[in-house]
Amino acid sequence: MLDVVEAPTETQFEFITFSSGDQSFCLEITQIREIRRWTPVTKLPHTPADVLGVMNLRGAVIPIFDLASRFSLGVTADNERNVVIVAASGGTTIGLLVESVSEILSVPKSAIQETPDIKSEAARQAILGVISVGESMVRVVNLDAVLDNDMGGAV
Amino acid sequence: MTTKVLAIDDSRTIRNLLRVSLEGAGFEYHSACDGVEGVEQFSEVEPDVVITDINMPNMDGFGVIETLRNGPNRTTVPIIVLTTESGPDLKARARDAGATGWIVKPFDDGSLVSVLRRLTGHVV
Amino acid sequence: MSMNSIRDTFFEECEELLEALVEGLSAMEENAEDMDVVNAVFRAVHSIKGGAGAFALDRLVSFAHTFETVMDKVRSHQIKVDEDLMHLFHRSGDQLADLVEAARDDREPNAESEQAILKELEAYLGDTDEEEEFTFEAMSLDLDAAPIDIDMDGDEREADDAGAESAVKSFEISFKPTAALYANGHEPLLLFDALAELGVLKVTANLSRLPDFDAFDPNDAVIDWRLTLETAEDETVLHEVFEFVDSLCELEISVDETFSSEEAIPPAISGGATTDAKVAAPAVADTPVATSPTPKAAKSESAPPTKQAAQKDEPRGPRPTLRVDLERVDRLINTVGELIINQAMISQRIEELELPAVAHLTNELEAYKLLARDIQEGVMAIRAQPVKPLFQRMSRIVREASEATGKKAKLVTVGDSTEVDKTVIERLADPLTHMVRNAVDHGLETSDKRQEAGKDPIGSIRLSASHRSGSVFIEIADDGAGLNRPRILEKAIEKGLIGAEAELSEQEIDNLLFLPGFSTASEVSNLSGRGVGMDVVKNAVAALGGRVSIASSPGAGTTFTIVLPLTLAVMDGFVISIADQTMVIPIASIIETIRPNKKDLHHIGTTGEVISVRGAYVPIVDVARNLGLSGGAKEISSGVLLLVTTEAQGLTALRVGAIHDQRQVVIKSLESNYGAIPGVSAATILGDGKIALILDPDELVKLNPAAPYMMPASAPRMELRHA
Repeated sequence: MLDVVEAPTETQFEFITFSSGDQSFCLEITQIREIRRWTPVTKLPHTPADVLGVMNLRGAVIPIFDLASRFSLGVTADNERNVVIVAASGGTTIGLLVESVSEILSVPKSAIQETPDIKSEAARQAILGVISVGESMVRVVNLDAVLDNDMGGAV
Repeated sequence: MTTKVLAIDDSRTIRNLLRVSLEGAGFEYHSACDGVEGVEQFSEVEPDVVITDINMPNMDGFGVIETLRNGPNRTTVPIIVLTTESGPDLKARARDAGATGWIVKPFDDGSLVSVLRRLTGHVV
Repeated sequence: MSMNSIRDTFFEECEELLEALVEGLSAMEENAEDMDVVNAVFRAVHSIKGGAGAFALDRLVSFAHTFETVMDKVRSHQIKVDEDLMHLFHRSGDQLADLVEAARDDREPNAESEQAILKELEAYLGDTDEEEEFTFEAMSLDLDAAPIDIDMDGDEREADDAGAESAVKSFEISFKPTAALYANGHEPLLLFDALAELGVLKVTANLSRLPDFDAFDPNDAVIDWRLTLETAEDETVLHEVFEFVDSLCELEISVDETFSSEEAIPPAISGGATTDAKVAAPAVADTPVATSPTPKAAKSESAPPTKQAAQKDEPRGPRPTLRVDLERVDRLINTVGELIINQAMISQRIEELELPAVAHLTNELEAYKLLARDIQEGVMAIRAQPVKPLFQRMSRIVREASEATGKKAKLVTVGDSTEVDKTVIERLADPLTHMVRNAVDHGLETSDKRQEAGKDPIGSIRLSASHRSGSVFIEIADDGAGLNRPRILEKAIEKGLIGAEAELSEQEIDNLLFLPGFSTASEVSNLSGRGVGMDVVKNAVAALGGRVSIASSPGAGTTFTIVLPLTLAVMDGFVISIADQTMVIPIASIIETIRPNKKDLHHIGTTGEVISVRGAYVPIVDVARNLGLSGGAKEISSGVLLLVTTEAQGLTALRVGAIHDQRQVVIKSLESNYGAIPGVSAATILGDGKIALILDPDELVKLNPAAPYMMPASAPRMELRHA
């Protein structure tokens, strides 16, 4: 790969890694607004299971999604041990309920590999790529795919 | 030295069109939206040439010409009348009031600038 | 500035001009002799024509021209305005508005009405021969290229013309300016420059009339010129050069018949000096008084410009305004909304602390609250616009309605300058149109009947707007016969809207008009429109957080009153509980609250339930069940019913758990971060920081409780699955 040659001068990308449904995910740090403890939300009627409800974030009404549930990895318990990652993309702000936040990952772009060929088109859309960290694999979440309501429950 | 034009017209559209044409041709553009403001602006801007509409609120184009020619300014700078009518009566009336020339609306860029050039000697 | 943005400005300006036109026409109605008013109308039409010409909007230009020409005849007292002409002017104004709109949207306007009106207008012009042929040409603006081509070199021009068909001729020009020529701002040198562009020019100044230095008056024109021009151009082209100075000079142009192009240029005329027009001034350099009456000399003699004109302080023009991007205003409104919530939260937290001796703190908090409200009102005022344009549009509706019904009607507007939120104005247009039409169609009597009743044969529709106690009041009043209550009652029973035995108060009868299904196609005249009833009006007003009421007295007329909140960012709501969740329902949508007696409740089938209200059976909708929330069961026994009217099923009773509070809430969009949720219009933040959903009764009743998780067909999610 051509990128490898340029590696020493390559821009580093920072990701925040977190776990959800016993899998490791990450989001680019520039998309993250804040991380806060879980507090009860206001439920919305007629919404899919992964939409937990809405929360008041300094006057704005933001929807909270259960990432595990969205990726069909079970249901995250909505207790105070779990955290909400508030992320924004293109003027839309949402919260993602995850089990825990682990670390900040700084990698060059070349470290991001293509998503392995998996069957589910939807899952492939929701994951931009993967980064290998030691033994484990971290999935880069495509925030836009999560924001896109059309995808709801279809993953 | 740039030639200063003062355009007096109550239509924002016409003022915009004049601005585009005149600034494009290298004139320094100033404007007023009625006769009274036009006369005020004249003293302030001291333009090299005035373009004025006829039908305007507060003071019409004839009033502007008469005020500028016979008022305290007693100016002899060229004053060009913008008119939609091209009838001889109107031209004669404008000339009697002291207008230097006229441009018939809708004007195109070329004729507007060439009339100005004829009356001011402005060179781009 | 691009041509497109100039075009946009033109249409913006047209809106203002049309507004001025309508205003002027109604002023003419009062006094057609007021020339200031007639002039203003003329100017509005004229300005539209002027701008339209620049964009080659031919139909608009020629219609405006005809309209303007008739108006000009009124201005010059050649035509007298009578009722018919006034009517035609109104219709012409409407047509002009249509043409502007069509031009803006780039579509074909209605040619039929245009031709009809043009014909009528032309009839006033009589013999069209005396009309000067009106032509116009499209303006071509090339913003990138240098707009003019300056060629001051006469020799080159001559070279260009060498191959031209017409032979080079020599013209003798005698040019003797009058003082007026200089006074009008002309400069002979520039005329000579223009001539020099046509060919080879020789200029000779005749200084013989120059007086002694002492007698010299700079305002006199004492120099005249003889010019010789060799050119291939026609004599008419030469006259064109002198077009502007015609009658300001003595001018003679003759062709030198002896001239042939090979011949040498004639020698200078004695008694003068020969100069090249392109190089030197026409005056002679070695004569001391050569700084003769050129404009510059005159200028130096004139009094210095004074500020006298500027000091004239007549009141004129609109107040200075600032154009602001709407988005910026809305962002500010959002932030202020947050400030108000924040203030409510702080107040609640401090209350919870139960501090001793909090009198001071309470005062400060109250001041904080008032300040926050002040800021909110100030910010909302930015979005406020006068209702005038909206009201003006109604004059056309009255005109069209009176024409269609053959009734005579006039519109009177009061409180035009009352300001209302921009969105309110936009969304009120349709309901108001409907109500005004109704007022003419159903409210007013025919002229004959009016005269029989001893009334003015011309009916009056009065449209008024005012601010009262934090609300906007808009009234639509007619001076017609008043509501025919027995007939309304009869119809309502006929249509099964109320029981035959029902005993209703006058007000209750009047309110039947708002029931869906009251107005049906059979009784909708071609005017009152597409089967739209007052229920739709009511819903549109409710959607703005307002309400409509009726007052009517027999023989004197009917008044509809629309009451709207001053702002759309806050709303009065009931804080209610539904299946353990706190929600808000707009007060404006609620007719009444009912604590049901068991005996009034009836079941239909297994799930259907109705309540009898004044003899009519009203279906009950369980809000919790429609929202797919569990825990609604206990509400069946202990709940409260909220009576609302809905588009889908008319009068409906919404069952909710309990009403806790009535308060003003700040409206927060759900759609910006999530999307539409059926049955929910928006959300708000309560004093404890929690979010409460704001219910939308209309949508709520449409939800099918039997399939609680089914999304309405409009939701994108659903479409995706079908795809």
